[in-house]
Amino acid sequence: MAPNQPEIPLQHLDEVVIRFAGDSGDGMQLTGNQFTETSALFGNDLATFPDYPAEIRAPVGTLFGVSGFQVRFAAKDIHTPGDRPDVLVAMNPAALKVNLGELKEGGLLIVNRGNFSPRDLAKAHYDHNPLDDEKLAENYQLVAIDLNEATLKAVESTGLSNKDALRCKNLLALGMLYYAYGRPLAHTEDWLKKKFASKPQILEANLLALRAGAAIAENSELFKVVYQVNPAPLPTGTYRNIGGNQGLAMGLVAGCQLAKLPLFYGSYPITPASDVLHALARYKNYGVTTFQAEDEIAAICSAIGASYAGSLGMTGTSGPGLALKAEALGLAVMVELPLIVVDVQRAGPSTGMPTKTEQADLLQALFGRNSEAPLPVLATSTPADCFATALEAVRIATTYMTPVVLLSDGYIGNGSEPFRVPAIETLPSFPVRFHTEREGFLPYQRDDQSLARPWVIPGTPGLEHRIGGLEKEDGTGNVSYDPANHERMVMLREEKVARIAESYPPLEVYGEQQGEVLVLGWGSTYGAIRGAVNRCQDANLSVGMLHLRHIWPLPKDLGDILQRFKKIMIPELNRNQLCRLIRSEYLVDAVSIPLVQGRPFTSTELLGHIQDLHA
Amino acid sequence: MNPATSYKKKDFVSNQEVRWCPGCGDYAILNAVQQCFASFGVPKEQFVVISGIGCSSRFPYYMDTYGFHTIHGRAPALASGVKIANPDLHVWVITGDGDAMSIGGNHLIHAMRRNLNIKILLFNNRIYGLTKGQYSPTTVPGKKTSSSPFGSLDAPFNPITVALGAGASFVARTVDTQIKHMKGILQAAHEHKGFAFVEILQNCVIFNDGAHAQITDKEVRDARQVDLRPGQPLVYGKELEMGLRFDGEQLLPCKPEEASIWQANSPTGARAFQICQNTEDGSIPVPIGLFRQVERPCLEDAIHQQVKEVTQNLGQGDLESLLRSGETWDVS
Repeated sequence: MAPNQPEIPLQHLDEVVIRFAGDSGDGMQLTGNQFTETSALFGNDLATFPDYPAEIRAPVGTLFGVSGFQVRFAAKDIHTPGDRPDVLVAMNPAALKVNLGELKEGGLLIVNRGNFSPRDLAKAHYDHNPLDDEKLAENYQLVAIDLNEATLKAVESTGLSNKDALRCKNLLALGMLYYAYGRPLAHTEDWLKKKFASKPQILEANLLALRAGAAIAENSELFKVVYQVNPAPLPTGTYRNIGGNQGLAMGLVAGCQLAKLPLFYGSYPITPASDVLHALARYKNYGVTTFQAEDEIAAICSAIGASYAGSLGMTGTSGPGLALKAEALGLAVMVELPLIVVDVQRAGPSTGMPTKTEQADLLQALFGRNSEAPLPVLATSTPADCFATALEAVRIATTYMTPVVLLSDGYIGNGSEPFRVPAIETLPSFPVRFHTEREGFLPYQRDDQSLARPWVIPGTPGLEHRIGGLEKEDGTGNVSYDPANHERMVMLREEKVARIAESYPPLEVYGEQQGEVLVLGWGSTYGAIRGAVNRCQDANLSVGMLHLRHIWPLPKDLGDILQRFKKIMIPELNRNQLCRLIRSEYLVDAVSIPLVQGRPFTSTELLGHIQDLHA
Repeated sequence: MNPATSYKKKDFVSNQEVRWCPGCGDYAILNAVQQCFASFGVPKEQFVVISGIGCSSRFPYYMDTYGFHTIHGRAPALASGVKIANPDLHVWVITGDGDAMSIGGNHLIHAMRRNLNIKILLFNNRIYGLTKGQYSPTTVPGKKTSSSPFGSLDAPFNPITVALGAGASFVARTVDTQIKHMKGILQAAHEHKGFAFVEILQNCVIFNDGAHAQITDKEVRDARQVDLRPGQPLVYGKELEMGLRFDGEQLLPCKPEEASIWQANSPTGARAFQICQNTEDGSIPVPIGLFRQVERPCLEDAIHQQVKEVTQNLGQGDLESLLRSGETWDVS
């Protein structure tokens, strides 16, 4: 430390929202992830929101190529990645232009001055250099630094080419932020050592850049204040940081361990669901088989075949893929085999906005098949909730011999938060036993309680039988065109799914248990609703919150809860899909709060809607 | 006595009434398959017969084995999942020219390239029967059908070249009315370790009667068919008095003693491509028999081998190791 350096004041904060923004090749996702993991190990509660373009490497410096990663870390319990950032790190003019509008007034703005040449400015459609604008320094705490020059200088000793050296500039920026928020470098240093174990020169450069960032921040008084965000008072336990798609994969693997079944995952690559396939492909030593099929239809058909043969067949996709799987889902309904279909939703219709989030596949999941083909639909609500929802999907699929659709979305799938690792003894147990008894066997005889048919796998002596998509005769499973039998079978399939609701735990309303307004939600709106409802409580507004994991069949106690509130408000990232369902099932005058902008609600928006409804 | 070695045909006959049109070629195929399954020495619970949609796809209902009548075109995809989940099962796919070559074409070619050890019987009657007689991807150009009243304009697929092109490790053709030949091919398909593609020229008495008559009628059969038998000369005729020989790009008639010796395992399969084309004008006979048989690794074996290796390297995973994976921290 330089002698006589004045003490930099330390300010305690409850929470901070940082947004990293740069070119899609600038390593912003990596930088954000590292900051997140370091903060997680530090003990903060946190939530993240990666926001990246569909282009893998968009042309450098363009507005549409800007990749962002927002992380909110806090000394308290939080539920969303935050509405507007307190800190913006902008690696180039395009990143500044796209994100500046959302930075809070007076927020910390770190800009890479080294990328503001006239050419860079032109690509971002600036006709002047925004850094020359005096207002920028007036409105924000501006830290404009030439990260390129600083990086080249920091890694000079490694002898890397300029091009390779400059790739370390994100680490330099990360080092600066670590200093500003009092974070140790150790986690990222360890991570780099593992990642670049076979490339010592690159490793050295990255370590030098990271350390230089911290040193520059400390020695050059770039920051007038440094900050401290203490660990959050989370419930006791062991935690890990988890992303939604990773959490789903873990939950599906755990579910199959609990069901004592091998897991077969047949899938076709699609954004934003591919990470589930990637994660499961790494779990081969857990009895997991992954099969990258030739298309979405083959993916689900291979999974049905695997379930028929005694694995738990699963497939994962996004909206367009779910559309392609519709006919095979109907087959799974008809042959009554367990199957899990994960839909990590994205903005549509058609190809839509693959990297942007939406919740508009709900009605497709419920009704998107020919004829009467009911099946249970579950929705996960946060990255940490993915694990438990996946377990529930496995329980329902195997207990009731039915395909299950599990809805997630891009916001959950790509986001991350701390996950309290459950103790094994607290997990439910639902081991599967295949039917092998010859006496009185009929392929479509039903369990009295669940109405499930027996699961008999090929290879079982003496129980040879045929199944298929043609209508079944009740009991025997033989092909039948009898009118009365068809109606009976349609109703049996319906009743079997309806009975799943008898196995749910009671619903829990958060906040007011009765009164003025109930905010009813499902899926990824959880965090924004919870944040808004907390703020209502602070303002003494009578508001309850209910978030559904089971969308179909609906919980039996939902009707009573709806009656306890004067007004029902349903925010969702679609035009009104759950709201339609609730209105038709319960004849209540629920109010729809739709949003279809490819982004999640902010708590502030929802607070406004609740206040409007109260007024 | 091991029941698997003492099966009779009737052990593979289900209690369901067969509902194909009288005179349909499918009856003979069903009969041959039931006889063959009884003779393979495989416990019957190990057989799984999987079909798509179409007349041929009713097949599983008539077999007293495990059976799955799936959806149009998707039988190879579903069968792939069955075989990967349990490689011990004997998986046979029954399909037709519409099911396999049209709506299910994608699944068929990918199953062939992956070389799963499953058997596929393609009943080729060159017509859509169950939907009442539309032209199919193997219908002869000019054919008048319900959907081509002035003649079909589509160029057809030759299923054999599709299978060869997609890399099937076993490619064969047989005929519904030639039971002995068919049983020989089914036996060879069963013994082949890998994907076996068998095209069965099959007659549809209602919508395309005589679909293959020009080569399968008793009177013309000997002169119009040549049976490809690996290691044997390309000879045909009632007394095997005619031969074929390859001369560069040409296939020429010749004396039987000059006939080329058929090889089904050449590096490229080029002659298999060559011999099954340009047979329409009648100057050379139509090949049946074994076009290709080569050994390649099977996907399901590779998958399970990889699982085994990864498990050896990383250790058998369980709930404890799953939940403790990754970087964790404790809050107390």
